[in-house]
Amino acid sequence: MTTLADQPVKALNGSFKLSMLLNDTRYRSLTFQFIALVAIIAFMAFVGGNLVRNLTEAGLNISYAFLGEPSGYDINQRPIEYDSQSSHGRAALVGLLNTLIVAFLACVTATIFGVIAGVLRLSNNWIVSKIMAIYVEIFRNVPVLIWILIIFSVMINVAPSPRDFRGDDPVASMMLFDSIAVTNRGVYLPKPVLGDGSFLVFGVFILSIIGIFAFRSYSRKQLFDHGRLIPTFWPSVGLFFVPAILMQLILGGPISLEYPALAGFNFRGGITILGSLIALWFALAIYTGAFIAENVRAGILAISKGQTEAAGALGLRPNRIMSLVVLPQALRVIIPPLISQYLNITKNSSLAIAVGYMDVTGTLGGITLLQTGRAIETILLLMLFYLTVSLLISFFMNIFNNRMKLQER
Amino acid sequence: MSDTHAQSVAFVRETEIPQQPPPMLESGAVKWVRENLFSGWFNTIMTLIALYLVFKILVGAAPWFYNGVWDAGSIRECRDILAGKTGACFAVLVDRWDHLVFGFKYPQDAYWRPLIAFLLLLVAAAPALFGKYLPRKMLILTAIYPFVAFWLIWGGTLWLPVMVAASIIATAMVFRLVEGMAISTRQILAGAVGLVSGLGLAWLLFKGAGELVFIANNIGASGLSIVPYILFWAAGIFTYVCFIPMGIFVGYAIYQSAEDGGLVTIVTALFAIYFMLAYLLGPVSGTLNSIIPLELQAVPSRDMGGFMLCMILGTVCVSLSVPLGIVLALGRQSNMPLIKGVCVVFIEFVRGVPLITLLFVANVMLAYFMPPNSNFDLILRVIIMITMFSSAYIAEVIRGGLAALPKGQYEAADSLGLNYAQATRLIILPQALKISIPGIVNVAVGLFKDTTLVSVISMFDIVGMIRGPIQQSTDWISIYWEVYGFAALLFFVVCYSISQYSQWLERQLQTDHH
Repeated sequence: MTTLADQPVKALNGSFKLSMLLNDTRYRSLTFQFIALVAIIAFMAFVGGNLVRNLTEAGLNISYAFLGEPSGYDINQRPIEYDSQSSHGRAALVGLLNTLIVAFLACVTATIFGVIAGVLRLSNNWIVSKIMAIYVEIFRNVPVLIWILIIFSVMINVAPSPRDFRGDDPVASMMLFDSIAVTNRGVYLPKPVLGDGSFLVFGVFILSIIGIFAFRSYSRKQLFDHGRLIPTFWPSVGLFFVPAILMQLILGGPISLEYPALAGFNFRGGITILGSLIALWFALAIYTGAFIAENVRAGILAISKGQTEAAGALGLRPNRIMSLVVLPQALRVIIPPLISQYLNITKNSSLAIAVGYMDVTGTLGGITLLQTGRAIETILLLMLFYLTVSLLISFFMNIFNNRMKLQER
Repeated sequence: MSDTHAQSVAFVRETEIPQQPPPMLESGAVKWVRENLFSGWFNTIMTLIALYLVFKILVGAAPWFYNGVWDAGSIRECRDILAGKTGACFAVLVDRWDHLVFGFKYPQDAYWRPLIAFLLLLVAAAPALFGKYLPRKMLILTAIYPFVAFWLIWGGTLWLPVMVAASIIATAMVFRLVEGMAISTRQILAGAVGLVSGLGLAWLLFKGAGELVFIANNIGASGLSIVPYILFWAAGIFTYVCFIPMGIFVGYAIYQSAEDGGLVTIVTALFAIYFMLAYLLGPVSGTLNSIIPLELQAVPSRDMGGFMLCMILGTVCVSLSVPLGIVLALGRQSNMPLIKGVCVVFIEFVRGVPLITLLFVANVMLAYFMPPNSNFDLILRVIIMITMFSSAYIAEVIRGGLAALPKGQYEAADSLGLNYAQATRLIILPQALKISIPGIVNVAVGLFKDTTLVSVISMFDIVGMIRGPIQQSTDWISIYWEVYGFAALLFFVVCYSISQYSQWLERQLQTDHH
């Protein structure tokens, strides 16, 4: 008994022994960390030493000067000005923007698919819920790369080639009053051309959107203060369209459309959406949509049945119960996994390299790497870019998530 | 009574009405259809749309399957046989079956080997997957399996895997031996081992310090590189200062541990396995093989391909990344800032980049970090990177499981007097892993699907085979539905069964009452 009581006193009295570094829990963690630090330094020495030796042997050095040199290759989708004389750095920037474009498009579409499929899977319509279950299981259990390749192959092989649109009796024809052409090289859409005075139209449009918000808050105030119910839907729709269209007509059509037209072997003019972009976009959306559907379903199922029944007892209709009572609560459960699905889309967009869409992996990590041979620099930059995007997305989504969270008291 | 009624009511029934069957609309299939398919106009529209979709898909796909051609030599022959009808050309699957499953370089007369390895996988996995229903002793099969599978798939002499297994067993025996030693004997051993490892460590650190200074001088102190220059110099000086104390300390620590025998047993066992693998393995297995030759034709790793490659990568990486993920998760929970920091940086870094960039690292960058002229397999490099990748995700799943445990469990373990290792092994991990099973299985399924990405770095897994040798051959030029559909089917079967298994396992492990 005496030893039990004596020991800590002895230790506290400060007779520090070397063995306490190992046997005393107060010092042991310091020892472990010291050893870990030495191990990390040793690892760095091993890796760094090898790197330096290998580089000197190959006559290379670490330098980012290649980013300023002319790239010498073309990129088929250019959100900013770029040609083969531009620098590798600019090529990387174009690729980066292309990544963001496809990631954004796929995130929006996947959310729509996912919410629809998730809600419909819980529908009491037997055949609809079964179809949605099959959709989710099929798409979740097959690699996204295979989906991208299947959709890309279908686009190439099934859609008509631009050649088919030629001649007096063409095999294929354009859709919607000769404005949209679906070909195996991509989809051609009319492009808005901004003439003089188009900023006035935009100004009116923005003003009318502000007007819609003002009108809605006014009607809500009326409802809460005086109990008067002012219909908001049709006035909002009217405000959205009418003033801008009126302005466009009054000014004599400052915003016009440039239609794609056959010129030589291909369509010219208009906006081109590449086949590879569509394949990647659609495949990512439909694949991730299946995962989001499961998240949505889990979120809805997490809301207790009492909520639905209480809303029903108040006399709400089923679709209003869903939109006013269940979904707002389910959103809190859905958002965190949704964030990680968005991150997955961004990361999976690097599969663009399989269909030749020039995202940042295709430019910086593909052609630039091959042309300059600077593997370490390009791959580090590539990782840095994805890391930044991932961290930014999770940062903003976490802010959003915190605002949506239930305010607990 | 009847009189009073006679005045007020016209007719009173005196007998019970015979029971009627419920109306047609409220019973049987009709009721089910009315309730589940046509309740309300909205549901009716949805049902009609769904039926129309199903009809369209069936009408499109049925003749495609029904008219499918199974016997043709090329896509042109196929089209001739079909003569304009819609129909699939399944002949490509027959013609290129070997390529799709084994890749195009694996020796044909050795196809039985991966097949047996696959069948054995089912046998070996069973005791681990269905532990409740099979005798515990069968786990030995699971332990033997990696060696057998390695020998079957890669070939070479059987003595190599046998000797590796023997070294592991011998190491375990050394461990037991040292553990059971009398303290006086162990003291002598601990002195010797402590001396050797202290000297060895000091020497290694001395070399490392020189290396760090060498790196720093190579970086040079110009412009931005001043930061790594100073860092490496500082690390070098630090190592120069501490290499002697570190050596003495570690040697002393091993010597000190002679009484309770923790450290000295581990270090001795490590020495033993290093000695056996580095110096005994090659010569002994070579000699044994020359006496009793038990050899299969050796197949180099770059000849692996097809779905087999996906299966190899999937099973190896999943089984390696679970233990690594557990270690990372525990490290992230640790209250030692340095270890926690390292784990957090590793996990967040790996989760922040796409797998493709890591595969690029394996393909072109990893060679720079290895000693010059060392040359190791692309498949091994890919396995390392995929394992790192999935272990970070598994670590996050397990961290969730650890966080979900009530604090009382940790405190109860402490109050029982268990140390960290015992508490973690006996109390914390069994519960945390049970919670994280669905997450781990999700990661495993995702990892198995991600093995197709190796086709991007020109390895010929099933997708790489389709995109390369099959679609670009003159016989099967640009055939896509049949081959991609087949690949999708294979992945679907495997992934769907894994997720069904996990749901079953979850139900099995449920200990609370519902």
